[in-house]
Amino acid sequence: MREPARQMKGVTALHLKTYVALAAIITFAPLGNVLLSKGMKGMPSAMHWQPRELLSILGHILSSPYIWLGIAAQLAFFVTYMVVLSWADYSYVQATSAFSYAVVAVLGYVILGEIVNPLRAAGIAVICVGVLVVARTSPRTTGLVQPSAITTTAERAD
Amino acid sequence: MIREVLLLFMVIFAGTGGELCISRAMKSAGEVIDFRPVSLVRFVWLAIRVRWTWIGIGLMAMAFFSLLGMLSIEQVSFVVPVTALSYAAGALGAAVFLREHVSAQRWLGVLIVCVGVTMVWFSKR
Repeated sequence: MREPARQMKGVTALHLKTYVALAAIITFAPLGNVLLSKGMKGMPSAMHWQPRELLSILGHILSSPYIWLGIAAQLAFFVTYMVVLSWADYSYVQATSAFSYAVVAVLGYVILGEIVNPLRAAGIAVICVGVLVVARTSPRTTGLVQPSAITTTAERAD
Repeated sequence: MIREVLLLFMVIFAGTGGELCISRAMKSAGEVIDFRPVSLVRFVWLAIRVRWTWIGIGLMAMAFFSLLGMLSIEQVSFVVPVTALSYAAGALGAAVFLREHVSAQRWLGVLIVCVGVTMVWFSKR
């Protein structure tokens, strides 16, 4: 009698942690891009493309706190993306993460004060639709990959 | 204009090329079926010994710096959506380079993405 209730609780927990992870994905990725954008605004442009000039620009980039915050946000996105893929379908995760394109426009407006005109907003909506269509196709189209070579290597070592 | 197109080209093709190389490296390393830390470390060790992994990392680094370059001259609400063109490059690369079967529905989605990217591109005029 307790088994179905426990299974139900497990399913609810799975949904909850999936929604939390997806919310993190569609926040961290656009936030990272917006922070990188803020960090890159006002950076000196390369005029002669000489190694010394490029190294100086690289120094400016790496000394910007916004760039490091952006990299941290991108890293957080990447780790969350990898973790959520360990239990959720790739096609499901890819489809929902398409909303990052809309979130980046909103964050660009809120944080950077960028104006998103109607044509750009419509274009972003069309991109989201296109990504959803792609995501509804099978995530695997080739034959099944052989079980990990790790196991094979480990077995050989034994 | 030429600089923007060049940087976009680098973001799309170096980024997608990097992902395809990593995908090829991961497929040759094998599917991860055991998520224990020791197994994952062993998998990473296997993966970094594959040449494609390093080519992929190099290409992805080039794409990252090109993205930074593009963000320094264009709005983020323009740059990020147009990088969705990587879906088209990815589908093309997967069909040619990884010999994956790309279905008609996936090509349709890629076409819709391209239409959206074109709209975003013209929105900056």
